[in-house]
Amino acid sequence: MLSVDLAARRLGLRPGTPVAKAQALHPDLLIMDADPDDDRAGLERLALWFQHRIAPIVAPDPPDGIVLDTTGADHLHGGEAAMLENMVTRLKEAGITARAAIADTWGAAHALARYGRGRITLVPPGETAAAIADLPIEALRLPADIIDGLHGLGMSRIGPLAGMPRAPLALRFGPDVARRLDQAFGRQAEAIVPVRLQAPVQVSRNFAEPISAAETIARYITKLVPPLCAGLEEREQGVRRLDLLLHRVDSRTEAVRVATAMPVRDVRRLTRLLCDRIETIDPGFGIERMVLTASLAEPILHRQGVSALIEEEEADVSDLIDTLANRVGMQALYRFAPVESDVPERAVCRVPALAPEDTREWPDHWPRPTRLLPRPEPIQTMAVLPDHPPVFFIWRGIRRRIRCADGPERVFGEWWKGDAELTTVRDYFRVEDTSGETFWVYRTGDGEHGETGSQGWFLHGLFE
Amino acid sequence: MPAPQPRPALEALRAQVSRLEGQSRRRRGALPFGVPEIDGRLPDGGLALGALHEVAGGGHDALNAAASGLFSAGIAARTRGKVLWIATRQDLYAPALQQVGLSARRTIYVAASSDVDVLACFEEALRHQGLGAVVAEVARLSMTASRRLQLAAETSGALGIAIRRWRRQTDAADFGQPTASVTRWRVSVLPSVLLPVPGVGRSRWLLELIRARAGECADFEVEACDAKGRLAPCRLALPAALADRPDQEAAGHRRARA
Repeated sequence: MLSVDLAARRLGLRPGTPVAKAQALHPDLLIMDADPDDDRAGLERLALWFQHRIAPIVAPDPPDGIVLDTTGADHLHGGEAAMLENMVTRLKEAGITARAAIADTWGAAHALARYGRGRITLVPPGETAAAIADLPIEALRLPADIIDGLHGLGMSRIGPLAGMPRAPLALRFGPDVARRLDQAFGRQAEAIVPVRLQAPVQVSRNFAEPISAAETIARYITKLVPPLCAGLEEREQGVRRLDLLLHRVDSRTEAVRVATAMPVRDVRRLTRLLCDRIETIDPGFGIERMVLTASLAEPILHRQGVSALIEEEEADVSDLIDTLANRVGMQALYRFAPVESDVPERAVCRVPALAPEDTREWPDHWPRPTRLLPRPEPIQTMAVLPDHPPVFFIWRGIRRRIRCADGPERVFGEWWKGDAELTTVRDYFRVEDTSGETFWVYRTGDGEHGETGSQGWFLHGLFE
Repeated sequence: MPAPQPRPALEALRAQVSRLEGQSRRRRGALPFGVPEIDGRLPDGGLALGALHEVAGGGHDALNAAASGLFSAGIAARTRGKVLWIATRQDLYAPALQQVGLSARRTIYVAASSDVDVLACFEEALRHQGLGAVVAEVARLSMTASRRLQLAAETSGALGIAIRRWRRQTDAADFGQPTASVTRWRVSVLPSVLLPVPGVGRSRWLLELIRARAGECADFEVEACDAKGRLAPCRLALPAALADRPDQEAAGHRRARA
C-alpha cells in the first residue's frame, strides 16, 4: 500500500503494508489502484491554483508536495505566518490535509514540511542549519537505496551526516548525498522551474550586459509594459495580477508581483506599480533577462460615462487603491458596511475598498460612539438597580462622577447565534462626566434576573 | 473679540507676501464652517483646500481622539468625493461617522502598521486628484514630514487633516513643536448644557485655533457636529447663534426655557 487515509490509519494500517495482509485483517477495506500519472496531473493543477493565489514561482514537488518561492509575495497575504495559515486552511476546506513550511532553501522547506514538528513551520532567515539538523535523513530527497546504505552505517539524522567527511561518502554513494546536503543548507542553488498556465500574455527582454542599477531596471520596465498592454488590448483584457521575473546571472530568479483591485490596462499605472517595488529587488551580480507576465488577466468591463451635463463624474480612485494596496496589503484597505444586528460590535463588517456600494445604512435613532473599544473594558461603578445609570465609575484608574446620562438602550443576545446568548441582555447608557467627556457603558444583565448576565459593568466606547 | 477692521495697506502687503510665497497661483478656495465667527477669523474664509490642517484633542482626548475624530469627520463630510481615513489603531466606529453625515460608502479606511506607513500613504493620497479629504491619525509629525504633506496637498487641492493622536499623555507635549500645516486646532470637550429632563444634551466643544497661517489665534465655544446624521452640511453653531437656525429651533427653545 502506498498511502492510507485517516480511517485506515486508525485501524492500524500504514503505508508499506502488503495489500494481502491488510485485506486479511480487514476484509471490507476499500482498495484503489495507484495512478501516479493522475496524481501528478492533480498536483500540477494544484500548483496552478497556488500560482493563481499566492506567488508567481510555483512547481510541483512529486510525489506529494508543491514548492513555492514566496519571496516578494508574502506582503500581499499579511506576512509569512498568515500566508501559511491561509494556505493550509484553504486546502483543508478542499479536503486536503496539508503541512507547510517556510525556510531559506527548497531542501530545508521540503524536509520541515514532511518531518517538522508542527502543521506549520516558519524558519527565520539564516537559521536553516539548526532547524533541520535534527531531522531524519529520509527528509533529504535521496533515493531509497542510499537511505538504506546510510542507515547501515548508523546514520539517522541530518546533523551528524552533514558533519561527516565528504570524500568517503561520495566514493560509496555517489555525488547525490553531498548535493542534497548542500541544497538543503543553501550552499548550492536550486532553481524552481515554475508551472505555466496556457499562454498568458508575456513579454521578455534579454540583456547583452547584466543590469543592476535601479534606474536601469525602471527604464526597462517602462519599455516592457507598453507591449504587454498592447497584447492585452488584442484580447480585450486587463491585468489583475502582474509578475515580473528577473533572471540573475547566478541563475537565481527575483520576482515582483503586483495586484490590482480592478482589471487595468493603463501603461502609466502599471509602470508606476512595478517601479514602486524596485527597492525590493536584489540584483546580485546583475540581471540578464526580464520577463513580464500578466499571470491573471480578466476582461475589462466598460462603463457608461456621465452623459448629462449637470451630473458630476465621480472621480476614479482605483489607481490610488492599487498603489496603497501594494504598499500595505490589499486586506489593509477596506470600507465598513452595515450588518443587520443590534449588537454593536457585530453591526459593522469590513468589505473590500472597491466593493459595490449598497444603499443600506445604520439606523440612527440612538447616538453611537466615535471610538469603539476593541474589547469592552470592565469598570467599577455604583448604580441603582435595575434601570438607573451609574452614579460614578472608575476606568483605567480614574474616578469619574456622572453628571447626566441617557438610557438604558436594551440589546438582547442573538439566540440564533448560539445557546449562550439565549437569555443575555445588555443595557447601554450614554453617560457624561463632570468634565464633559461622554462614554458608552453597559451592564450585562437586566439588573433583576441572574440568568440574563453577570450584572457587571463595562465601558464599550467613547463619544467625545 | 471684535472682528478685525479691513485695512487696505495691510491687505496689499499680505498679497505681496503671498505672491512671494508662490501661493497665489495655487489658491484653491476654502471650505467654510458656516459659522461667521470662525470663518471671519480664517484668512480664506474657511479651511483652505489643498492644504494640511492639524487637529488634536485636549486632555484625555489626546489619547482617545474621539472629539477630534468627530470634528474631522464633520469637516470631511462636507467635502465632495471619497474620503480616505488612514490610521494605525482601528477603533473608529462607522455608525458614529454616519451620524455626522460621513457615509460609510464614501469612506475608505487604510490600516497602516506604523507611523511611517501612515505618512507614506497620507502623502500618496494627498497627491491623488480625486479625493475630497484625506484624514490620517499620526503621533509624530516632523517639520520635514509636514512640509512634504503640505506640498503634496497643494499639487492636488485635496483637504488634508492630520489628527494628532498619541499613545501616552506625556507625548502630547509634541503638539508644541512647529509644523508646516496651515491651521492647527485643539478640540476639548466642555460640559453640555443641562436639559430640563434626564438625558444628555448636545455636546459642546472648546475649539482653539492655535495657529493659522496669515491669521490670528482664537478660541471658540461651539456645539458638536450635528448629531442627527442629516445629509445637510454639518454645522458648528455658536450657542448665541442657535435661535435663528431652523433645524435647531427646538433645541434653542428648550434651552430658553431652561
